[in-house]
Amino acid sequence: MSDLHKLTGAYAMDALDELERARFEQHLAQCDDCRAEVAELRETAALLSETVAVPPPASLRDSVLAGISQVRPLAPEVTTTATPTSTPTATPVATPQAAPARSGKPAGRRGWAPFLVAAALALFVGLGAMIVAPWADDDEVPRLTAAEQVLQAPDAEEVFLDLGEAGRATVVRSKSQDKAVIVTEDMVSAPEGKDYELWFQTPEDDMVPAGLMPDAPDQTVVLDGSAAEAVAVGITVEPEGGSEQPTSDPIALFDLTEAT
Amino acid sequence: MDHVRPVPDGAPQGAPSGGDSPRLADLLHRSALGDESAFAEFYDATSARAYGLALRVVRNPAHAEEVTQEAYLDAWRSSTRFDPARGSAAGWLLTIVHRKAVDRVRSVEAASARDETWNRETAPTDHDQTAEAAHASLDAARVRSAVATLTDVQRRAVELTYFGGYTHTEVATLLDVPLGTAKTRIRDGLIRLRDLMGVAS
Repeated sequence: MSDLHKLTGAYAMDALDELERARFEQHLAQCDDCRAEVAELRETAALLSETVAVPPPASLRDSVLAGISQVRPLAPEVTTTATPTSTPTATPVATPQAAPARSGKPAGRRGWAPFLVAAALALFVGLGAMIVAPWADDDEVPRLTAAEQVLQAPDAEEVFLDLGEAGRATVVRSKSQDKAVIVTEDMVSAPEGKDYELWFQTPEDDMVPAGLMPDAPDQTVVLDGSAAEAVAVGITVEPEGGSEQPTSDPIALFDLTEAT
Repeated sequence: MDHVRPVPDGAPQGAPSGGDSPRLADLLHRSALGDESAFAEFYDATSARAYGLALRVVRNPAHAEEVTQEAYLDAWRSSTRFDPARGSAAGWLLTIVHRKAVDRVRSVEAASARDETWNRETAPTDHDQTAEAAHASLDAARVRSAVATLTDVQRRAVELTYFGGYTHTEVATLLDVPLGTAKTRIRDGLIRLRDLMGVAS
């Protein structure tokens, strides 16, 4: 039995740190036995709450009921194959367009309208770009993406971190361009309901939000904000959508003062 | 609200695996269809457990209320995602509550404050402690006697994890055992409880 299987108990009781949890959730997606065991152990753990039951203050009931009256329950998950008993933890969510598409012509035509608007907008934006930068193609310099400009800058300096099973990441900073880029390889997904958030650490040790990382194992992201003065770049696990201030210790900290 | 139900006396009605389970699942199903009074009934049947659990983990009553409220709002929002084939409605709710409570203690509370309270509240006096809830239902008694059959290390590992909100690495340090041992005790403790209480998925 691999070591991962033994984490069912700790996972069921939320006793893994963020990285372990992310790693275990990847394992869970492929291991039927662990999924079944986690379900049973969560159920078991929940029974423990019987021994600590305390009636809440009456005001809580009012707040809860006032709260729900302002929120609609989420759209249900719609599965394409009807096998509810063996549903994996993540089921595909149907796009809102999927249902009407099946029901004939009128709905189909309605479905096109937003697309056409989007296409028209794209065309408009394209034209705009041509007008604003008519000279861009003239000097025959290949146009670099913002990330490439940083990665290829003469003063680019980098810090590499091996995050073990969680993947590998490199931060590259160009002081002259005042930008930093993070390049990841094999990065595990953030735990369910969480995002990876990037931060610049200032010389005064303030943490400045630098954007969220998209959920993909291999990616190249330009950090938001000014990079020239930063002494470090951090990654934390934050509630979905990110936070103003880090709410947990970084899972990775790139010390830019030691960049090469 | 034009009519407010009497607040229940707090006696937990129905274990996650108990006979109340189909009713709770049905209430949640009706909630998913937008039935607020069904959700109110669901709240009444589960709030003592939910609040008690949040309170036990985060300790501070105001924080426990916030955690409980957030958990119920989440439960309402995701009621459409609840699948009775995968577990009980109460178990599902309490999983949400626990996760939120643990997130709260880990992100907000200073570890030192928790340690102090923990040392005061931990172990042998547990039974008297929980008697303050004074709603010693049959279910609670059944759970307590199952917990009593665990080995000392198993029981402490499970309680520090579930009620203390500590990670398994922290539990290993607190109990002064290797991480592998903590991991195993947490799991085999829970498995023993599962078997004694007849929880099956």
